Parts: sequence; C-alpha cells; structure tokens
Amino acid sequence: MNSEKKYLKLSGLEPLIITPESNFINVGERTNVAGSRKFLRLIKEEKFDEALAIARHQVEGGAQIIDINMDDGLLEGKEAMVRFMNLIAAEPDIARVPIMVDSSKWEIIEAGLQVAQGKCVVNSISLKEGEEQFKEHARKIKMYGAAVIVMAFDEVGQADNYKRRIEISKRSYDILVNEVGFASEDIIFDLNIFPVATGMDEHRRNAIDFIEATRWVRENLPNANVSGGVSNVSFSFRGNNAVREAMHSVFLYYAIKAGMNIGIVNPAMLEVYDDIPKDLLEHVEDVILDRRDDATERLLDFAESVVSTAKERKVDMSWREKPLQDRITHALVKGLDEFIIEDVEAARLVAEKPIEVIEGNLMIGMNVVGDLFGSGKMFLPQVVKSARVMKKAVAYLLPYIELDKGGVSQANGKILLATVKGDVHDIGKNIVGVVLGCNNYDIVDLGVMVAPEKIIQAAKDENVDAIGLSGLITPSLDEMVYLAKEMERQNFEVPLLIGGATTSKAHTAVKIDPQYKNAVVHIHDASRAVTVVGDLLNKRINEKYVGDIKADYVKVRKGFANRSSRKEYVKLTEARKNKFKIDWSETTIKKPNFEGVQVIEDFDLTKLVDYIDWSPFFRTWELAGKYPAILKDEVVGEAATNLFNDAKLMLAQILNEKLLTAKAVFGIFPANSVNDDDIEIYGDAERNDVNVQFVTLRQQLKKKEGIPNIALADFVAPKETGIQDYMGAFCVSTGFGTAELAAEFEKDHDDYNSIMIKALADRLAEAFAEYLHEKVRKEYWGYGSDEVLSNHELIKEDYKGIRPAPGYPACPDHTEKLTIWDLLSVKETIGVELTDSLAMWPAASVSGYYFGNEKSKYFGVGKITQEQVRDFAERKNMDFETAKKWLNPNLAD
Amino acid sequence: MLDGAMGTMIQQYKFTEEDYRGEKFKDFKVSVKGNNDMLSITQPEAIKEIHRKYLNAGADIIETNTFSSTTIAMADYKMEEFVYELNYQSAKIAKEVAQEITALNPDKPRFVAGSIGPTNRTASMSPDVNDPGFRAVTFNDLRVAYRQQTEALIDGGVDVLLVETVFDTLNAKAALFAIEEIKAERNIDIPVMLSGTITDASGRTLSGQTAEAFLISVSHIPLLTVGFNCALGAKQLTPHLEVLAQKAAFGVSAHPNAGLPNAFGEYDETPDQMASQIKEYLEKGLINIIGGCCGTTPAHIKAIAEVAEGFEPRKVDSKN
Repeated sequence: MNSEKKYLKLSGLEPLIITPESNFINVGERTNVAGSRKFLRLIKEEKFDEALAIARHQVEGGAQIIDINMDDGLLEGKEAMVRFMNLIAAEPDIARVPIMVDSSKWEIIEAGLQVAQGKCVVNSISLKEGEEQFKEHARKIKMYGAAVIVMAFDEVGQADNYKRRIEISKRSYDILVNEVGFASEDIIFDLNIFPVATGMDEHRRNAIDFIEATRWVRENLPNANVSGGVSNVSFSFRGNNAVREAMHSVFLYYAIKAGMNIGIVNPAMLEVYDDIPKDLLEHVEDVILDRRDDATERLLDFAESVVSTAKERKVDMSWREKPLQDRITHALVKGLDEFIIEDVEAARLVAEKPIEVIEGNLMIGMNVVGDLFGSGKMFLPQVVKSARVMKKAVAYLLPYIELDKGGVSQANGKILLATVKGDVHDIGKNIVGVVLGCNNYDIVDLGVMVAPEKIIQAAKDENVDAIGLSGLITPSLDEMVYLAKEMERQNFEVPLLIGGATTSKAHTAVKIDPQYKNAVVHIHDASRAVTVVGDLLNKRINEKYVGDIKADYVKVRKGFANRSSRKEYVKLTEARKNKFKIDWSETTIKKPNFEGVQVIEDFDLTKLVDYIDWSPFFRTWELAGKYPAILKDEVVGEAATNLFNDAKLMLAQILNEKLLTAKAVFGIFPANSVNDDDIEIYGDAERNDVNVQFVTLRQQLKKKEGIPNIALADFVAPKETGIQDYMGAFCVSTGFGTAELAAEFEKDHDDYNSIMIKALADRLAEAFAEYLHEKVRKEYWGYGSDEVLSNHELIKEDYKGIRPAPGYPACPDHTEKLTIWDLLSVKETIGVELTDSLAMWPAASVSGYYFGNEKSKYFGVGKITQEQVRDFAERKNMDFETAKKWLNPNLAD
Repeated sequence: MLDGAMGTMIQQYKFTEEDYRGEKFKDFKVSVKGNNDMLSITQPEAIKEIHRKYLNAGADIIETNTFSSTTIAMADYKMEEFVYELNYQSAKIAKEVAQEITALNPDKPRFVAGSIGPTNRTASMSPDVNDPGFRAVTFNDLRVAYRQQTEALIDGGVDVLLVETVFDTLNAKAALFAIEEIKAERNIDIPVMLSGTITDASGRTLSGQTAEAFLISVSHIPLLTVGFNCALGAKQLTPHLEVLAQKAAFGVSAHPNAGLPNAFGEYDETPDQMASQIKEYLEKGLINIIGGCCGTTPAHIKAIAEVAEGFEPRKVDSKN
C-alpha cells in the first residue's frame, strides 16, 4: 500500500485542500431541502434569488463546502439541482467553494456533476444495492472527477455499532482502491452519527462507537477521510438548544481528535467547547462518551435547568453601518441586492430629483465597478451581477422619475446595439445594454450575428441616436469597418460606438474612423459606455467632444502609418493574365432549348413546398440546428417542433387561400465575354446587337503560383474564340402580399405571425429560385437534363452551373441589378422594384445570373484596388466617385 | 519540444475562399474562408509543409490541425458532418510527416499530438445576462462531440491527445470523460496532455478558476502533462506556471503566445525575445514540455529548442 500521505483536494473557483493543519472542514447544510424548510419552500416557489442568498449567507458565515440537496417528493429533483447549480456558477462569491452534490438518486447526482467545473463531493454512495452498482457509480464519479462520501451501509443494512462500521468501511475501501482504482484520498466515510440519550440502552454507545470507528478508519485506511452529520447526535434534545449546542461541541471535540475532518454542522448551533459551563460539560461528556450508566437521566434532569441561549453567528454586516454612498457602492461592487431598494429610497429622499440618484449615487458605485474590472480585480460574472443590482435600483426609481417629469417618461436617447455578423459573443454588448438601460436610454438590441443590412435598416427604422457594435473574434473587425463604410455610404449622422474584446483604440482609429465622417468612438469597457454616450448625445458639448476624439484618432493613425504592413495586390492587367482558364476547345456548350425572356405570373406555390430549405427558417428564429434533426434536438427540439407546426399551418393557409403571389421572370441569351471582364448579351442570334453588358469584378489579391484571379466573366467563352456561349438572368419573388398580411397581424399585436409570414415568404422565394434554376438546367437551357437530385442535394448545390446574385461575394456590385432589371424588364413584367440602396422590394425576392459552364463555381471577389474601381467606372459609364461609393466595402486600403 | 502556431503559419499562405474550398468543397453552401482545419483536406501539402518546418526547427511533438474540429465548433461553417474526416485526415498527414522525419534520424523520434480545442461554447457560463442559469451547451453535448473528435484522431494515428486552450474547466472535464470512455472501450492507454488558458489580469480562467483550482479539477485523470497556453505571453504566464510546477503530480507544459497581441491582434515578440523568456522557465525548472501558441513560427521554436538544449526538464513529483 502506498505509504505516502495524500490529502483530499477539492475546488470551486478556488482550491480547498484538506490537510491535518486545516482542522475541521465545515459543510454548509442550509441549501438542503431535507434539512431546511425555508430552502425547500423557496425552491418550490422558484424564488431562486432568495435561495441563492441562503447559499451566500453560508459561505460568508464560514462554510467551506456547501451541500446541495433537492430530494423532495414534490420537486423535480434533477431540474432543481441543475438549475440551482447553474445559478451558483454565476455567483463567484458562492462558487468559490466546492459543492457537495447530495442526493439519494443517482440521476440527480450525475446531473449535478455535469454542471460543476470544480471538483465536487458526491453525497453519497454505499454498498446498500450491492457491489456492482457501487462499483459502477464509483467509476463514473472518478470519470467526472469528484470525491465521494461512502455511507457505512451494506446489503444487510446500516452500520450501527463499532464492528459493523469498520467492516463495511474496510470492504468499501478495498473495492474502491483496488478494484475501481479510486484515489484513496478522495474517499470520505460517513460512519453514521446516531442520537444518544434516547433512553434506550442500545443507543448508549452511538457516539463513542462512531468516534472509535473514526479512529480505526484513520489509522487503517490510508488517506481516507471521515465525515458525518453532527446534529443527529443531539436529536433527543430537540427544543433545548443550549444542551444541543454543548452536545455538538463535545461530540466534535472528541470526533475531531479521533480524525473526523469533515462534517455537516450548522455553525449557529455550535457552542465553543471552552465556553461550555463546567457542570453542563461534565453531564454532556458522560453521555457522549458513555461514561456512566445513569448519564442520560442525569443530563435530562440537568437540561431542565439550562436556559437556552442560542447564538446566531452573524455574517459580516458591518458595511450596513457605513454612510449611504458607501453602502450603495458596496452593494453594487458585491452584487448584493438585498438592501438596494432601501438604500436607494434613502438616497431619493435626500436628492433634489430622483434622477440624481442614478446619475450620482449609483454611477459613483458603477464607476468603482468599472475601475475594479479594468484593473483585473473584478471579473465578468461579478460585473454582470453589479448590473443586475443597478437594474433593480433603476426599476425602483423609474416611477418617481416619470412622476417628476409630469408623467412623461423621456429617454435620454435610443441606442442600437448589435453583435456583428459571424460573431456570437454578446456578453459585453449585453452589459452595455443593461448599463445604458439603467441610465435611461432606450435600447434596441438586435442580438448576435446581425447582418449589416439589418443593423442599417433597424437604425433607420428606429431612428436611433447611436449605433453600438460589438465583437470578440478578429473577423468581426472587418464587419465593423464595413458597417462604418455602409453608414457613410448611406449618409448616416449618428455616432458609431465600437466595443468588444478584439477591438482597440488603434484599430478603430486606423481602420474604422476614416470610413465615417461622423463620430466613431472605441469604448474600452462597458462602464465607460454611459459617459461616452452621454457626451456624444449632449448637444452642448458633443461637437468639441467628437472633434477631440477625431483629432486623437488622427494622431494614432499617423503613429501607425510608419509601421503597418500591407496586403499585396496585383495590377489589374496581371490579374487578368492570371484569369481562371477554361480550355474552350475542349468545352462543349449546350445551345439552350429556349432563348429569350419568359415571364411566370401567379406561379403555383404548392410546387415549391418540396424545395424549401427549412434550416435557415429555424435560424431566423434563432433556433440552432439542421432540419429535420432540429425537431428532435435535445435542447430546442420542442420549440422547433412547435414552431414548425405553426409554420406548416400558416403555409397551408397561404397555399389554400392563395395569400401570397409568386412571380418570376428569367431569360437565356447568346453571350460572350469581352475584354476579359465583361460579358456581352446579344439581342440577335448573329451576335451583332449588344443588348446589355454585364461588368464583372476580378480578384486582385496576389495569389500563390497556380491559383487564378477569378472573375465571373471567366465562365463565359470569350468572343475571340468564336464559340457561341450563353448566359441567363432571373428574378423571382414570393413577397407579393407579405407586407399587407404582416401589417394585419401587427394590428392585432401578433408579432409572432407577422414574423412568421415574412420568414415563410423568404423561404418560398429561395425555394422558387432553386426550383427555377432546376427548370432552367433541365428544360429551358437543358444542359442538365440528365440530373436527378434530391432536395437535400439541391440545397447542397450538387449540380452544374451557378446562379450568383449581385451583392454577394462573387459579384459584390449591387448596380448589376440595374442591368438585370433592364435586360428582363423586371419591374414592368413582375413588379419587383429596387430601392435606392438597390435592395429588392418586396423583400422576399431573389435575383441573379445563370452560368451554365460546368467549371463555373462560387467564389469571393475580395478586396480590389482603386485601379480596378477606375476601370470599372469607365466600363460602367459611371463617374469614379459613384463607382467608389458602391464598391467601397471591397476597396483595399 | 512542442511545435508552434498553426494559424500563424497558415496566414502566410494567404489562402482565398476558393483555396479553402479546394476541389472537395468547391460548391459548399457557405463561406468557409478562415476554417483552417479544413485545409488538412483541401490543402494537405501546405499543412504537411508547416508540420515539416516545425519538425525541422526541432519540435519533438507536432499538433494536428484540428483545434476546431468538433461538431460544435464546425457548426459555424456548417461542416458538422465532416468532423470525422477532418480529424482523421489531419492526424494521418501529421503522422506521415512525423514518420518521414523520424526515418531521417531514428534517434530523435517524433510524435503527433491530437489537438482538441475548447469549442466555441462554454458549459459553465450563460451567454444570456438576464438568465444566468441558462447554458448554451451541456456536458453531454460536449462529451459526444469530443468523443467523435477523439476517436477519429486515434484512428488517424495520433500518439498523444492534447486538450488545449481550456477556458472553461467543465468543457475540459467533458473531453476527459470522453477520452476515458474511449480508453475503456478500446482497452487502450494513450497519453493525455491538458492545457488551460488564463485570460486576463485576474489570473483566472475565463470561467473564474484560479490556476490551482483548475489543476485540482482535472487531476482525476492520469495526465502526461498539465499546463497553460495561449492568451498570455511567456512572461505573463510565469507565475501561473510556477503554481503548476509546485503542485502538479504530472509533467508541466507551456505553449505561450509570442508576447501579448498588439492592437491588431498581431504578435510582436521575436524568436530571441521569446526564447530568453523561456530560459527563465528552464532556469527555474518549471516545465517538461515547451512550445508556442499564437504568433509563434518555426523560427521561434528553433530559438527555444536551442535554449532548451542545455537544461534538464522539471522533475515530476508524484507525491503532489
């Protein structure tokens, strides 16, 4: 056997190592529904805040481990355990200690272990149900990385004397250490503490047998620990706390000496051993140690004379004695909301106006939080808690503030917040939202992964006073630059706020600020947001403030200019030389079965149902997962299924009542590429009459040897080859009727169905585009007449040819839509219009080109240089500035 | 000696969207640029070249290009269904290169560590500020995802498993759980390295644990090494490594970044600067395995390897 001494090590956010020097480890027991009626009631009523307060109270009162037990017939024990442990994980001042996952049901224990990052203690397992189950549970516990309490219990029953205690302990220990490979120091024996002084002879040795068995375990089972629930021992003296407290102290005094190093005991029910009156001590020791035959009777007699003087050991409440501002700051820093209403009310009574409490008292506290956070002395979960206290305080003050203004609530401003496209990190953004919300700003929070168009649209729709963008991953930086460019392009004037872990003042100054002539401010942390937004929106000082920031950023840019390295781009001529090469002599081009323009009016929507790609529909509703697996998803399955059922109902209604109208126009034309990057569409078979010319953009980033610089024109045979090639264009819409239906729903305050109809229309439009592309491939053009694809393969785009859309990576130029509209007379034939920003209306529309060449593929143009913009402008007959405006997002630095 | 950064090296290739897509994914439905792990399939020669450079720089162990190859992390690119292939291929090509270099000098055998990243979700924290009890991912989700990854890595031939950049210990525990399951089912023993990350000035993991609490929380599995990587440079990592060096019953590893990132997310520390910081580790006897994370290159690894040449590794004290 290993002779080296090993110690039990546990962890919450902080370590707990149980050594001979650490004395006795006290386990808090008030978060046990079996032991605390109050806790049970709070859990039943789902008053988790108050339940957490009990846990915090225990930790502050000195509990080094907290026992959590949800075993009650009326509780969903597993859910309650997971819920409560997850909530504790968000409270750093509780989560710093290890957790004892306490249940008689294995499934509850396992659920608890699955939500704890630290090393827990399982309470408990035993040989009660036999060796097999015992071993199986022990193995699992080992894999979860927890210590374990082993009850002195076997197939026969609970150990109730010295011999049985050591027999079961020894057997359990040997199985755990030798057969399961359990670390001996991770074993804690609960040797059963039973009441003494019950009047029954067989109970007389209950305490002393426990103590002696403890000594035996500690001497004979290396590294094992001993624990027990102390209050049991005094059970027969319920109602006489003075005697009970003395009994607990005496019992612990001897048990600890024998080696008991962990225990569940209410510190409030514990007298200091040395403070126990001598006569009481003698009587109690007689009972605990079973020193006299008449010990019980003598203690009972004596007990009647003892006046109960229960002592409640207090949590440190000295902060409540401090001045008001200190109390408010303390509550915010510690995230304690217990007294905040009381303190805020006190502050309100002395303030001239209720708003001053927010601007003064609360902000002073929040600034302290911000400073501590900034210097690494507080970390995120604490800040989030501070914000919650703040929110609670503000909610209390709001009615007074409104009253003060004669009943009209006037927000300081409306701030749009969004985590940019491709990024899911929103903790910081949410904090900014909470903090600004606390300061009387209306928050329009668009959530995470918000497409730039959506931000722009919402900013316009909501008429916001500022836009705040957040991101944590590096690609988000580009999104922010793009947003700034878009804001400039669309003549925005409101300030743009930049925040998030990956952002910086330098990046903001160098890359974002120059894109937007109005205010751009990098906000280093959430607590600064209020001051910055306040200054920006303050009409009196904002001009100077913005000027100062702009000047500062110019300085940063100058400093940066000397050190920045740049991406390499090739000249346009070079990029053209390195085009995507198709060997036209080897290529067979199918002459389309149909040439010209075809209009489809009032298309039968029922044909589209099978073409719907449902996965994006669920993404629209922020349900993550692929259709159809999402319907059975463990987490969102139920929600997804309900949503899907509602969607199918509405879809049926749309189809039956023909609520939406689908229209399409498409054409296939003789075409050849000219001058490398353009595609001529001919109005006649002889190819003399150029109807329109599509202008494509070419990748310019310097490529590795053998990798081409692609443009869409590369997929069409050049005119000089003499080969007769073709291409097509299309626009489909299923959006006619959507806006009216949505408005109807909104009139009834039915946002759910309003969103639903839009989401379905979008899906139908995509399905229509897919359907039409297939028809074109198989019939109208006919080059894919032999393809047989399932819907799944369609969605995966496993076919030949592409249908890229203007505004998307292969063709970032939106103005090409104008050419398509011209070529197909889209507006005149089916009524889909283009907005000033060249967005399609109705929104549920899709337009694009058709390329039939089997080598054609989707790609991204990426960044291009000014040279190409100039060239593009000439080819488009557009002035340079206009061209630049449209291509700005793709313009290299 | 462990290798250095994969991402930093991949950046130098300036791969485009279409390079990422390669032939296999040329018509893939979403943009995949930035999905470095898929390059093991679409640009295997480049990845092998990077491995080769690190081995020639003196690395004994190279990490597979699989940091994000779990169904959870790949969901961003809609590539969940390719997870097995990503891991298998990455392991396979790394192993090929390791064997190739070993053959040149059999006295210095080279090994492959299967890189198991943290995923982009956290099991201990809520993404929703208004609902601190919410979790975006469960232990079981993670366990299943890690199982798939680990099985493919082992099938592909890795010698060691490296659970790295652990910002939430609960995620790491799910990975360890999955690894233990596989070890038991296949009746194999494969060494496991585990490396956490300390993210900021508080000296704690993102999920709030101190270095020692982190160590205790993962010590139930017989690890080959425990250590820290990423987030901080070699200098800032020192006090946390000292904790591990004192308390861990396993080997201790470190693969720090090349200094702290500047405002543009770039790493400035030169090979010599980094090597001189690492020298301090060696003088103090803090580590058994050393390598590099973000911003490091073969030049960094070479410089560190040269410095490390003259030192004994830390003595592992199993009493801890």
